[in-house]
Amino acid sequence: MKPTTIITAPERIPLRRFLIASTAAITLALQSSPSLAGEAYPTAKVNTTGLAVTDDTVTVGQLHSATGTMAISETGSIQAEQLAIDQINASGGVLGRKIKVIVEDGASDWPTFAEKAKKLLVNDKVASVFGCWTSASRKAVLPVFEKENGMLYYPTFYEGLEQSKNVIYTGQEATQQILAGLDWIAKEKKAKSFYLIGSDYIWPRTSSKIARKHIENVLKGTVVGEEYYALGHTQFGSLINKIKLKKPDVIYAIIVGGSNVSFYKQLKAAGITSDKWTVLTISVTEDEVLGIGGENLAGFYSSMKYFQSLDNPNNKAFVEAFKSKYGAKSVIGDVTQAGYLGPWLWKLAVEKAGSFDIDKIAAASPGIEFTQAPEGYVKVHPNHHLWSKLRIGQWGVEGQAKVLYESGLIEPDPFPKGYQ
Amino acid sequence: MKAIYNRLFGGTTGVVQLGILAAILMIVLPLSLDIFRLNLVGKYLTYAFVALGLVLLWGKAGVLSLGQGVFFGLGGYCMAMFLKLEASDPISTKIQSTPGIPDFMDWNQITQLPAFWMPFKSLPFTLLAVVVVPSIVAFVLGVAMFKRRVGGVYFAIITQALALILSLAIDGNQGYTGGRNGITDLRTLLGWDIRSSHAQYLLYFTTCGLLVLAIVLSQWMLSGKLGKMLLAMRDREDRVRFSGYDVSMFKVFTFCFAAALSGVGGALFVLQVGFISPSLVGIVPSIEMVIFAAVGGRVSLLGAVYGTLLVNTGKSLFSENFPQLWLFAMGGLFIAVVVLFPNGLAGVVELIRKKVSPFLKNLRTSSTLPTSGSTPLPSPDKP
Amino acid sequence: MQSFAGFSLFSVLLLMALGLAIIFGQMGVVNLAHGEFMALGAYTVYLSSTVVHTYLPALAPYYFVIAIVIAFLVAGLTGWLVEWSLIRFLYKRPLDTLLATWGLSLIMQQSFRSIFGAREVTPTLPEWLMGSFKPSESIDIPINGVFVMGLTLALTLGIWLFMYRSRIGLQMRATVQNRVMSGAAGINTRLVDRFTFSLGCGIAGVAGAAFTTIGSTGPDSGSRYIVDTFLVVVFGGTASLMGTIASAFGIAQGQSILEFFLKGTMGKVAVLMVIVLVLMIRPQGLFASKIRS
Repeated sequence: MKPTTIITAPERIPLRRFLIASTAAITLALQSSPSLAGEAYPTAKVNTTGLAVTDDTVTVGQLHSATGTMAISETGSIQAEQLAIDQINASGGVLGRKIKVIVEDGASDWPTFAEKAKKLLVNDKVASVFGCWTSASRKAVLPVFEKENGMLYYPTFYEGLEQSKNVIYTGQEATQQILAGLDWIAKEKKAKSFYLIGSDYIWPRTSSKIARKHIENVLKGTVVGEEYYALGHTQFGSLINKIKLKKPDVIYAIIVGGSNVSFYKQLKAAGITSDKWTVLTISVTEDEVLGIGGENLAGFYSSMKYFQSLDNPNNKAFVEAFKSKYGAKSVIGDVTQAGYLGPWLWKLAVEKAGSFDIDKIAAASPGIEFTQAPEGYVKVHPNHHLWSKLRIGQWGVEGQAKVLYESGLIEPDPFPKGYQ
Repeated sequence: MKAIYNRLFGGTTGVVQLGILAAILMIVLPLSLDIFRLNLVGKYLTYAFVALGLVLLWGKAGVLSLGQGVFFGLGGYCMAMFLKLEASDPISTKIQSTPGIPDFMDWNQITQLPAFWMPFKSLPFTLLAVVVVPSIVAFVLGVAMFKRRVGGVYFAIITQALALILSLAIDGNQGYTGGRNGITDLRTLLGWDIRSSHAQYLLYFTTCGLLVLAIVLSQWMLSGKLGKMLLAMRDREDRVRFSGYDVSMFKVFTFCFAAALSGVGGALFVLQVGFISPSLVGIVPSIEMVIFAAVGGRVSLLGAVYGTLLVNTGKSLFSENFPQLWLFAMGGLFIAVVVLFPNGLAGVVELIRKKVSPFLKNLRTSSTLPTSGSTPLPSPDKP
Repeated sequence: MQSFAGFSLFSVLLLMALGLAIIFGQMGVVNLAHGEFMALGAYTVYLSSTVVHTYLPALAPYYFVIAIVIAFLVAGLTGWLVEWSLIRFLYKRPLDTLLATWGLSLIMQQSFRSIFGAREVTPTLPEWLMGSFKPSESIDIPINGVFVMGLTLALTLGIWLFMYRSRIGLQMRATVQNRVMSGAAGINTRLVDRFTFSLGCGIAGVAGAAFTTIGSTGPDSGSRYIVDTFLVVVFGGTASLMGTIASAFGIAQGQSILEFFLKGTMGKVAVLMVIVLVLMIRPQGLFASKIRS
């Protein structure tokens, strides 16, 4: 085998360098998979479009905000994707190739996201990108991915109204996250009137729109208020007064980022607690609870597809692996789990396609099933979204949710008829 | 002829310096960078338009505006509205409930194109608006503030508040402006794909050309009465006023000109990057643009261009290699430029020239004397 | 109830603006890092909370009051260092302090991020601070709101007494009015400057500490407050404590009323527009004392 050529080096080599060289040779010899991969999947065959794939490595990109206002939210996704990649590498890589990651920082700035996406695709020729969090950052990079024909695995639950050959959406689109949850709360709490509150950008606005249509047309209830506040808004006194005046059965909250903390603290201080009020949110995961504090949320409901407390073997293993890598205090929210799915779904797609080519992966993705998903079972739909369940969790003081309800698998429908 | 030449270029030194800059931008960089990096440089150069405006406004007139992002954004939004309308033809938007309007309007249940979007179906109107809209806004603000002698720190804080207002207002009217996501997915200009590398080369050279033009224009204005007035005002405003001049109108004019430059920069940004969003309008980009001008040397037009290029290149390189350190570096740069090098790069260059030129002069007098004049060197091979 | 929302916002704005009113109003230093000094105070409380809950759980119900004092000292001391190392070189160039302190704010933000992480944090607050009074069935008065109001009141009174009734306060005001004469009268003006600056920063620290009861703290929390803070001070007219109080009151009532009737973001836009318009008509602010520049 090849390694012998290294050992037969001239004798004048100093001892130290000789030792290093021979250690390297042994490690090389131990890693039998690359050469095997070379035989079964020759690089020339699995990579016909000039991606960064060699005989023993494949390079992917990771594009999140490590700095700036969004770093708070994106950290979990960064960690989960890293964990998945490590696990894939430990189990032999993808088509026998180890995954190398180029990490880029979008810095919570949309032009920077577009710039870095272009760098990853054009300069680094990455085989796939795991990244983006906010809708704005995804909108900024989408034209780049379509133009340069890249593949993006996008982890966040989002507003829908989008479908692209070059994106796999591992989070829920809006209807998957909203409808069944509203049905449940309407039935469970006999709720008729709803107050919709959101941060002022597209995801909360579209989600509220879908929620409103569902409340008015399907549940035959009323929306008594609908308001949006700038991201980073911290004074909710006037809003809380309005809520108290209208006395809705359900407060439906889609507030994100730092505003969340102020909002729930002020709700509690104003006497809006779970003994008399019902608060249902689609924007609070375990990640946010860390900042808000479980005592300010106790008894409120979140509507998600994943909670850290899910009781199944996949999730137990995932939580344990996550905590052993990032510390016992770390928590896992819905988006973090969706981030974890990305590398695995990509690996499955590559293996199904037998190729790293973007077009082949895009075509092979629909129908892929991932049975080891912490959320249970996911399957990729032809529209590049995932089939997923909806779960209602009730928050406890310790910051974990008790899952009260679980729907069946819901088909993703990014352009829902009757909700536009 | 000679006088015009001097006024436009600032004499021989000016021509040489401008020539060097043009050569770097139009020859050296395109030859040495791939299209991805070149496109980045193109993006930075659009900020240089704002920095040029700040040199006039801040360096020459002594008025610091922390709201230049507003004008950059206005120009950019004007351009983006035109491109978005072109991208939203009824055929490619047939999936919407109302085909033919921009996608974000459809998402917000708007069923008809708002009236203020209508004129942006025309390219000539759009190009005019890119320059005129920022100028009008600047004129109104300028008259209101400079007539009341608002200046210095107050002007800075009010303009900063304006940047906040505009970005909030765009955020809050998602149906009409695209909200926080901005106006995205711009593809073609009159059917010409602006994302192809061919188009990006062309847009890059257009940006360079317009930038050189802007420098020449600014130079011409500064070398005239306006430049003298601004200088006099910056140093002793009351004396100028007592001499019977309407000080405020000179400032208003400069403010409008700087705004128009920023608007052009914004429009070129949109063409090269393919989208615009309120994050380019707000407080942070506005103040970052001030540092571009400050690094270059706040009184030097060419310095502003170099400063912009330098800071942005640094930002890109830093954030690729040490993302954690970038803010430290940027913060340190702000402080260093202010405390140690108030005149920025231009100041450093000046310093070097002062130190080096006597030395050069010595060299010239001792060694170049014999060959001076127009007589050709005697060829050695002649008998 | 709605008037309570207004009063609550008033005390928040005033608390933010007090420190800046001293630094900007008295000294003319444009401190764009003011928000970061607030964040510094908030992080100090967070740190004390962690330390107390780990090592001295018995103190947990009372630590908050001590933490506020520590926040004052930490922010004040940092302010002292900043004045010594940076601000004192720039007194003659107000616009340059603006840029330099913006740079400082970037550095402070990144330091917070490196030390405390990018996530927002909240200290564990003593139980007595959360919850609400219930004078009647429909009215809940949040205790944390009352606490912030009380603190604001005490601090404002303290500052007033200090500025107008103490010897150092007298020296500070003298230095503002006429630096050369004050120097000639034997006042160490440089020391007074340093003291004034660090006092302002210390007050910002207290404000930040108080805000942990109503919101969270992240590396860039400070930058969210800075424009509002400056507008309050400028709107009130600099160099006048009464002006700052009145302007905080006016802005707070305006904002909470507009937010009640208008929806969300546009309420805030309307308030900012009104402030800017008023400033264009009265650039010297609402309550400017006649000053020679």
